[in-house]
Amino acid sequence: MSERFARGALVRVRSIHPPGHVRTPHYLRGRAGLVEAVAGHYANPEELAYGRDGLPPRALYRVRFVQAELWPDYTGAVGDTLVADLYEHWLEPAS
Amino acid sequence: MRRHHDMGGEPAGPVVPEEHDYAPWEKRVDAIRQLLSARGVMTVDELRRGIEELGPGAYDELSYYQRWIASVGNVLLEKGVVSVDELGQRMAEVEARWRAEGRSAA
Repeated sequence: MSERFARGALVRVRSIHPPGHVRTPHYLRGRAGLVEAVAGHYANPEELAYGRDGLPPRALYRVRFVQAELWPDYTGAVGDTLVADLYEHWLEPAS
Repeated sequence: MRRHHDMGGEPAGPVVPEEHDYAPWEKRVDAIRQLLSARGVMTVDELRRGIEELGPGAYDELSYYQRWIASVGNVLLEKGVVSVDELGQRMAEVEARWRAEGRSAA
């Protein structure tokens, strides 16, 4: 299995809003983060949710975001981060 | 547009972390869900999709396992595992039995 992004890659979550079942939280759309790890390859839940097989498997990444960049009124520590599991087709390279 | 269930980061009250026992019917819902998954009838992804499709009203008013059984029912109807009429008749039978036993139906 191959992956498009390596550990340490800067990625941006696609800012799209399809109507069906997705696993990408709304608050992360359009946000940039760092790939921390490849969490594995899994059947696509967006397809499984409608009774289909979800194949071929999709790479799932663990992506780390800076909390202060996600929430304009964030009052926690400056270094706070958030890690989310995101499928490859939801990510694009960020510069 | 944000879908209703996708509410991470939206204003909300405090989370109350308290232990609670599961009611027998809640355990049964969990068992039904696991059996349907083990037998390849429906996936947990379909369960989640069905919960998301309940819409803002039902999503907010139903409890956790009420959302589960509502989703299970809808997915089984979609797949033709049960018919609306079968489900309706069976629910009426159960409700009648409960009333006869002096219990209140939800």
